[in-house]
Amino acid sequence: MSQDVMTDPGKRPVLQVQNLRTEFRLRSSTVVAVDDVSLTVHEGECLGLVGESGCGKSTTGLSIMRLLPRIGHITGGKVLLGERDLTTLSEAEMRKVRGNDVAMIFQDPMTSLNPTSTIGVQVAEPLRIHFGTHRKAAAKRALEMLDLVGVPNPRERMDDYPHQLSGGLRQRVMIAMALTAQPKLLIADEPTTALDVTIQAQILDLLDRLREELSMAVLLITHDMGVIAGRTDRVMVMYAAKAVESTSTAELFEDTRHPYAKALLESVPQLTASSSTLLPTIPGQPPDLTNLTGGCRFAPRCRHAKPDCGTAEPTLEELEAGHLVACFHPVGSEPEPAADAPELAAPAPEPVADEAADEPAAELPTVVQRVQAVLGITLEPRPAEPPPAGPPAAAEPVGAQAAADPMSAPVLVEIERLFKEYPVRRGLGLGFGPPAASVKAVSGISLTIRRGETFGLAGESGCGKTTLGRIVAGHEHPTAGTVRIDGKEILRLHGAELRRGRRQQQLMFQDPYASLNPRMRVGAIIREPLMVQGSGNRRQQWERVAELLGEIGLSRRAMDLYPHEFSGGQRQRIGLARALALNPGLIVADEPVSALDVSIQSQILNLMKRLQRDHGLTYMVVSHDLSVLRYLSDTIGVMYLGKLVEYGPADDVYDAPAHPYTHGLIQTIPVPDPKIERTKEKAAVRGELPSPVHPPSGCRFRTRCPLAQELCAQQEPPMQVFGPGHVAACHFPLQPPTTLEPPPGVQLAMTDPRGDA
Amino acid sequence: MIAQAAALPGEEISRPSSIWKQSLATFIENRLALAGAIVLVLLILFSFVGPLLYHTNQTATNLINENLAPSGSHLLGTTPEGRDELGRLMVGGQSTIEVGLGVGVLATLFGMVYGSVAGYLGGVVDAVMMRIVDALLSIPYLFFVVLLAALVQVNLLVLILVLSAVSWLSTARLVRGETLSLRTRDFVSASTGFGSRMRHVIARHITPNLLGVVVVNGTLKVADAILAFAAVAYLGLGPAPPATNWGELISAGINNLFDGYWWQLWPAGVLIVAIVIAVNVIGDGLSDVVEVRLQKR
Repeated sequence: MSQDVMTDPGKRPVLQVQNLRTEFRLRSSTVVAVDDVSLTVHEGECLGLVGESGCGKSTTGLSIMRLLPRIGHITGGKVLLGERDLTTLSEAEMRKVRGNDVAMIFQDPMTSLNPTSTIGVQVAEPLRIHFGTHRKAAAKRALEMLDLVGVPNPRERMDDYPHQLSGGLRQRVMIAMALTAQPKLLIADEPTTALDVTIQAQILDLLDRLREELSMAVLLITHDMGVIAGRTDRVMVMYAAKAVESTSTAELFEDTRHPYAKALLESVPQLTASSSTLLPTIPGQPPDLTNLTGGCRFAPRCRHAKPDCGTAEPTLEELEAGHLVACFHPVGSEPEPAADAPELAAPAPEPVADEAADEPAAELPTVVQRVQAVLGITLEPRPAEPPPAGPPAAAEPVGAQAAADPMSAPVLVEIERLFKEYPVRRGLGLGFGPPAASVKAVSGISLTIRRGETFGLAGESGCGKTTLGRIVAGHEHPTAGTVRIDGKEILRLHGAELRRGRRQQQLMFQDPYASLNPRMRVGAIIREPLMVQGSGNRRQQWERVAELLGEIGLSRRAMDLYPHEFSGGQRQRIGLARALALNPGLIVADEPVSALDVSIQSQILNLMKRLQRDHGLTYMVVSHDLSVLRYLSDTIGVMYLGKLVEYGPADDVYDAPAHPYTHGLIQTIPVPDPKIERTKEKAAVRGELPSPVHPPSGCRFRTRCPLAQELCAQQEPPMQVFGPGHVAACHFPLQPPTTLEPPPGVQLAMTDPRGDA
Repeated sequence: MIAQAAALPGEEISRPSSIWKQSLATFIENRLALAGAIVLVLLILFSFVGPLLYHTNQTATNLINENLAPSGSHLLGTTPEGRDELGRLMVGGQSTIEVGLGVGVLATLFGMVYGSVAGYLGGVVDAVMMRIVDALLSIPYLFFVVLLAALVQVNLLVLILVLSAVSWLSTARLVRGETLSLRTRDFVSASTGFGSRMRHVIARHITPNLLGVVVVNGTLKVADAILAFAAVAYLGLGPAPPATNWGELISAGINNLFDGYWWQLWPAGVLIVAIVIAVNVIGDGLSDVVEVRLQKR
């Protein structure tokens, strides 16, 4: 089957991939990582390739470049670049194609650049290799390229090494390198995933501009539906090595036909989503590609699945002009399954181990059902159970806890004039002598978090939000200021008292791989806090472990397994169970879902909500992802370069931000809706975060602010009130301030007791 | 209330299955390591059980029988002193294996404790501790041995201590580096986050994750110590006769090599090479065992 969407026949196809099949040969098995994938990219067009990790989208890109790892082999199909089939070229011929006709940029610009040579030399390199250009001429061209991709002061930057540049600048350099030889096709593999939203918008704008100017074809590989909506002309959705839907971008978002694409779109937290509903999720996990059972690969997770889905595998069919779908029962072709027919939806046992779905997986639902039976309650739909019947479990109110007005609850956390500075030392590094300078991570933050609420802390990387979170969790000592939790100053405690005091607040980590000791079994991991705190005897501790596993939706068998036998989402749950073991009042979650795929992310977010309701937890969620914060938070704080610039009820802050930075951040989040995305102003926040060692005077945001005036450089803006509980620090706010009382714990005049640096 | 869930009928809180069985299975899977282990066991049996079956006089010299070629009464001939060569190899094997294992264990244990404390505490303590290691590493070990031989009567215990005193340094460096990176890992933060003491963190989180490198490093130390012992003995600085070891036997064999007395050199050489290779491949197998990820379940 080599049919593909052909739009705009006037344009020449640059790349045609036909029935591509790529295999990874492992020691014991073979994984088909790309299975019968066909796509076409035309001149000046951007084709989006979207899917979750492991779906084969990056492998498709690498197959086109023939840059597969040693175990990867292209075993079928054609990759036509113009008239030439790249799969038949010799390695020497292929080298001439790479960087010349086709260029690729990767997610991590640091590891893709050579740390030992200057960026000027690296950008000039493709010219020197492919055209034998003289060194001076190549350097001149490199300078032009750096200027073209928007590197400020390119002449001076030419002599910099990669580590001297920020992430955004490095990605610009990568793009400059890729485009030096003016390729016909650019493959961008998650080009902005490692970057902040503000920088992401700038880089994507740059790619858009260059694509137009050079009429280049772009294959944009991403997991982000928002990026797809804003930047691509056509989209192909991949699932488990196969293409499942392929159509124009507008069509995909208006009339999604494949249940997977539909579910993927639904499970993205929306900026407009009210926090009182559960997110729709895709139950279970993608299939193990070494062990396919035949039939539609999405069927076990599909709520539209019928018996025939399990027997034959659907192929891509053209439903209407230019809209290809691989599904027997596309969305909208037949009535939605009735709500009372749950048996049609195959129960989705969650494989405990990626390699082998064994008994624990099969046992999962029964444990949950038994717990429910014993307790006489119904737990919220969650991934371990059979998927909820009918339309996704949306619009389900999240219990009484959220219904009670969090604004009137007593205060749990009080942060007062908190400072944290890291000394930058020179010399022998022995710790002697005064520091040469300091990184001002947190500069005088005061705020309160009420009991039972979720406080979301937003900001770009490097703004100090993680540092603040770690201080509140008791993992770091502030330079000055106090943190009171439940009236107690945790950081003033010492020795045994401090160790006991740590029960009250727990940290949930970003990286579920790094936060669990690989040499301990899951049971021991969850039991560890109980053991350390000496709570209960051995038997009680193991019982508590079993209970916690039930709460996070894992079988008790999980106790005997090691962390590496679980998927990322399951590991994050185990981390959550461990954080819950001591019944803490406060959980500080540092980017709790940013390492997870969208469908898994929504499972974790729902679980966090449910646990909050069941246990009256207070969350402090630190994230760069404003959609996630919008979904979770009651109150939002926005940090910029160590300062709190805006603080208030989530709805107020999102709907009517007072600070230009907050407005800019919200503007730049890619929304999975082409109509909104295309009408957006270009990159609302300019430039990059200044150095926290020497922050700008006055308002720290002034160097990137579209509204900045002279006053901003001279005076630090005071906090002003913009509504009940809503404050912001700006000289020229986006709405007039009111004379209301400030929320408790927030000082309007931010005076630094030690003088501002 | 949910505690009832734990008491549901028909479900025991399962105990972890035997970790030893699993480890053994993983080790056996590495065929080379298995062969190494068999060779090591055979060499130990040869050295310690051999003399019980093959009786020879290893104390008195017998100049009438010097330099005899292999024959029915002396399976591997005799030494320049007229002792039975095969019996000599057995006695020499005892001290060689004792020194190798002794130094390997001692140096690894000390280096591991020293390195993990330095790495965990960091800062000034770490700087001072590691400068001491640097200073000691700059002194060649043969200098130590020569100095000691001049001062005291070198016996096996002294030799083990001296070789360990040199050998632990690189282990300490390695462990310190690993600890530095482990200590900043999230699971260590998590553990201190719910109130663990340093002792607990080192025992439960740092040490188990060090095992892989330390075990492999330890087996290399055994091999190194055997070779160092051979070198020391070759220089004539080892324990005095009638004690012997494979290194000394090689030394003696080389003296008579041009007389064609091959049996005085080659068997000892083959044994040293065999034990060093065996120990190295065992280390390889052990590193598989401590690497949980490789364990099939």
